[in-house]
Amino acid sequence: MLQELETIYKEALEAIASVRDSEALRAWERTYLGEKGSVYGMLRSIGKLPKEERADFGKRANEVKEALLAAMTEREKLVSAAELARDLEEGQIDVTLPGRPHPTGGLHPSTHTLRELYRIWGDMGFQVYRSRDVEDDETNFTLLNIPEHHPARDMWDTFHTTTPGVILRTHTSPGQIHAMRELGDEGNEPIRVILPGMCYRYEQVTARSEMQFHQLEGLAVGRNIRMSDLRGTITEFARRFYGPKAKIRFRSSYFPFTEPSVEVDVECFLCGGEGCRVCKYSGWIEIAGAGMVHPTVLQNGGYDPTQWSGFAFGMGPERMTMNKHDIRDIRYFWNNDLRFLEQF
Amino acid sequence: MLVPLSWLKEFVEIDIPPELLAERLTLAGLEVGSLTYIGIPQGKVEGVRFPKSDHLVWDREKIVLGAIREVKPHPDADRLVLAMVDYGGTELEQTVTGAPNLFEYRGKGPLEKPLWTAFAKEGAEVWDGHSETLQRMILKEKKLRGIPNRCMVCSEKELGIYEDHEGIILLDDPGKPAGTPLQDVLGDVLFNIELTPNLARCYSILGVAREVAALLGKPVRYPSFEMVAEGSTIEGEVAIEIQEPELNPRFTLTLLRNTKIQPAPRWMQYRLRLVGQRPINNIVDVTNYITFEIGQPLHAFDYDKLKARAGKKTPTIITRLPKPGETLDTLDEKTRELEPHNILVCDTQGVLSLGGVIGGAETEISDSTTNVLLEAANWNFINIRRTMQSQKVNTDAGLRFSRGVHPSQSILGVKRGIELMRQTGGGSIAQGVIDQYPRPVQPAQVDLPIKEIKRLLGIEISIEQILDILWWLEFKAEVKNDVLHVIAPEYRMDIGSGVVGRADLIEEIARIYGYDRMYDTIIADEMPPQWANTALEREERARDVLVALGLRETISYRLTTPEREAALTPQPPLPRGEEERDHDRLWDAGSYVELANPLTPDRAAMRHTLLGSLIDNALTNQRTVTRQQLFEIGQVYFKREDAKLPDEYRRLGLLITGARRATGWTQDEPDAPVDFFDLKAMVEGLLNGLHIQNAQYRRSSHPSLHPGRSASVFVNGQHLGDFGELHPVVARQIEWESAPLYVGEFDLDGLLADVNANYPVKALTNTPPVLQDIALVMNDEVEAARVEAVIRKAGGDLLKGLTLFDVYRGDPIPEGHKSLAYSLVYRADDRTLTDKEVATVHQKIVKTVERELGAKLRA
Repeated sequence: MLQELETIYKEALEAIASVRDSEALRAWERTYLGEKGSVYGMLRSIGKLPKEERADFGKRANEVKEALLAAMTEREKLVSAAELARDLEEGQIDVTLPGRPHPTGGLHPSTHTLRELYRIWGDMGFQVYRSRDVEDDETNFTLLNIPEHHPARDMWDTFHTTTPGVILRTHTSPGQIHAMRELGDEGNEPIRVILPGMCYRYEQVTARSEMQFHQLEGLAVGRNIRMSDLRGTITEFARRFYGPKAKIRFRSSYFPFTEPSVEVDVECFLCGGEGCRVCKYSGWIEIAGAGMVHPTVLQNGGYDPTQWSGFAFGMGPERMTMNKHDIRDIRYFWNNDLRFLEQF
Repeated sequence: MLVPLSWLKEFVEIDIPPELLAERLTLAGLEVGSLTYIGIPQGKVEGVRFPKSDHLVWDREKIVLGAIREVKPHPDADRLVLAMVDYGGTELEQTVTGAPNLFEYRGKGPLEKPLWTAFAKEGAEVWDGHSETLQRMILKEKKLRGIPNRCMVCSEKELGIYEDHEGIILLDDPGKPAGTPLQDVLGDVLFNIELTPNLARCYSILGVAREVAALLGKPVRYPSFEMVAEGSTIEGEVAIEIQEPELNPRFTLTLLRNTKIQPAPRWMQYRLRLVGQRPINNIVDVTNYITFEIGQPLHAFDYDKLKARAGKKTPTIITRLPKPGETLDTLDEKTRELEPHNILVCDTQGVLSLGGVIGGAETEISDSTTNVLLEAANWNFINIRRTMQSQKVNTDAGLRFSRGVHPSQSILGVKRGIELMRQTGGGSIAQGVIDQYPRPVQPAQVDLPIKEIKRLLGIEISIEQILDILWWLEFKAEVKNDVLHVIAPEYRMDIGSGVVGRADLIEEIARIYGYDRMYDTIIADEMPPQWANTALEREERARDVLVALGLRETISYRLTTPEREAALTPQPPLPRGEEERDHDRLWDAGSYVELANPLTPDRAAMRHTLLGSLIDNALTNQRTVTRQQLFEIGQVYFKREDAKLPDEYRRLGLLITGARRATGWTQDEPDAPVDFFDLKAMVEGLLNGLHIQNAQYRRSSHPSLHPGRSASVFVNGQHLGDFGELHPVVARQIEWESAPLYVGEFDLDGLLADVNANYPVKALTNTPPVLQDIALVMNDEVEAARVEAVIRKAGGDLLKGLTLFDVYRGDPIPEGHKSLAYSLVYRADDRTLTDKEVATVHQKIVKTVERELGAKLRA
């Protein structure tokens, strides 16, 4: 039997030398070291031996078992190293094939821009205040210092509804009146708000003009609000929105609800002011209309214009988006073609 | 408004490049939209940028001032002549031309006075005057009907000045020798200025010149407003009666006798053409010229026609409102029915013109006119604007009067106008002016405390600088006790009084001082209270959840038509209890907000639903993609009988169609189309994402949805939305032919009100779960939600999880029945469950579903 054990031992050592993969190694283990394998078989049949041989045989059998286990551990290292090498060598794929498409949702570009504006203005203490789309003539015009039949009304082509005196708001400025009256506590509390919303104009829809668009108005009213604050505030905004080097300029302009009134330009962030298609070769891009709240408007909002002052500004989120991404057709925004939307 | 630099320079010295001037004007509020160059090269100024101009630059050597000394006939062509041109060379250059305005000089021998024109030498680049399209050409020698020709006398079109011409350009004696580069004679820049409504005073060359003068610190060179009146007095020749002084504050008249109607001088015609006016005759041209020069529109009458109408007696000009049924034939060959607010210029016989807007045909100037009565009046600008809008007429006079012309300008216009008529047509001016000015307007006076300037601008400007600015703007100003006492120049109508006047003055000071000199400050005022805008924050959260669910946001026109929306509801909604309807914003029966002036018929009313918008978007995208998953958040509008303004609600709309997954090259996933349960998963995902609890789903009766495959969502008993497959009839009506559309619409305000911001989070436990499956056979009509509710109730606290994993109908399940299979998870938070405990609960579930639902364990 001892002879037989030695034969098995020798045979096992020979067999393991030709084991090349882990599957074969498991098979080898089953054959020699498994519970039904040869070595255990021999150990189990130890009772068949004469008593005096049993101790020697047992000792030898355990030695063989230990030796085979050690050989297996050794072989396992070689096999797994070889297998790893094979896997690394053979498991190559064409990494230039496109990924498996995974549909994703996304926000409308106007929402992206509005959120950025909410965030920046929110950081600067301006909170969002929203008001209605369908307005009365009084709030949209008269209370903003634009009397009926006044030539200033030519600045806004208006959609009238079939109810006399009810229109679609032409700008978010009526929100100034609502905000002052609602938040101003009859002219006793300072205000700092932004007023986003959809506006409507009776204008032919072309690549450059829309009948419906967002505006974002800002309003600060306080006992000590100065035009230089307007400049500082918009400069701060421009640096956050367009980058730390953004430069702005004021151009004198006219809005009935502000005085002094200005247009705000930012130095073209695409060409650095050298002149390009986006800035129409002027080096500047118009980003807002702004000014000091007109005394009549302050009065209509409940404030005493000799004690209180304020500034207001209005921005066009779609225009800002167009400038940023070189979008040449404003009609893309409400057309909702997925080929456009999916680029955001 | 077009402003030629050459004309502007008549009134103010300009010593900076035109590009820089344009920049200064723009910064001061007169936005120069573009510069049009005539003949001279575009300049470059550091820091100022304009688009590159591609205009024709006149070569200084080759395009020069020419003097035609003689016009000879062409030997072989009646329609050509030979112009003998002095171009500063040693001999005259013979030039063949077909210019009709030279024909009258043909064969007259050497001319006493030369004809001054533009002369282009061989090799010069000009526009091709005979080409239909804009095309440049280089002059080359060639024969014209047998006569060699290498140079050209040019037309305005060939020089690139303007299109409209009658032969070659002819000039008054420019006072420069032949051969002078044409750039130095006619080189010019047109400023295209966009004027805001407050700049009414700048609707003239002089008005712009005043601004330039203030910006550059140069005096204005005013034109002469004196008239050489040598005829007998105007008194008794005409009378004026103003019936509506509010609408017609001033009316002035002058009279020119024995004049001759003839073409205006060349310089005047040229200037009028530069600003886009077509010359007619000297009288009409002068009225236009004054309109553009000083901004006071004029109107000329044939005095004899007025006198004839008055029966040879003294005519009386009456300004009044119309009598019922009155009409007027205007110069634009229209018969106008007059409206009650249209202020009119009349005589005793009837209406002569629409005051300040357009003249009548009957008393206009004709070639045989000899006596001209000239009107310069003033009109209420608001009323003129109203008339222009209601009469749909737009004239240069009306434009100016509708923006506001100060009454002080009438007297200037009527005198300068009649004098220019005399100079251009001869005759003698009657002495005096008939001037009715019933309510003289006093110049605006403003008292401005100096400290107000700093309070509002935030910057320090010295009193000297302030006074200097106001002086250049022609304000009278003095300082007493730290208060500026200011009187505005009489032509300004935009300076108010009181606090408004102060703001007006501060703007004038700031604008001329220069906003580029203003520095930035940080708001020093107290920060107002900050509050949470919960509605907006939740709305943005909803957007994020929807995007995470794979939906793409759309924003659509909020204008549609009631007919378009009616196509979405093939039958009216089922009748519902009144109480329910009153509290349900999704089943609103309000009417539409309709536009009185829609731009296009398909956008005539404010929408009631987002479904129309989403379906339109799906139709748009159908052309390029098959798979769409869209959402929109936005308002809908319901008009109320009892309120002026409509209700505006915020809604959320969903739309999905096409393959469940995007397909790619791997093709290892089935691309089955989405169905009701895909949309439901999104609804559930939205509610979970917003932490809205206790949602219930019931069969929907929404008229736009398939009655069998649609659901209503209720939260705490409130109806908050409907979703499901688009009704097949609707799909047919909108001609949707691809995979079925699944849509939904929700009351966003209602949903967001149910958000539980303080939702509890379950503790994590490590006690082992016991998993068991259960398959139940029951009648087909039993709803899954009911089964789940019964199981959960019976399972009690120990039942921690319940997931439906199979729904089966068919053999061996009996007809009219179905099998629902669930995986159940049992677990106690504080101990390991025993087999016995689990068996007890499980048995209880089996018994309860049998008792309550008639469900049996599947064999």
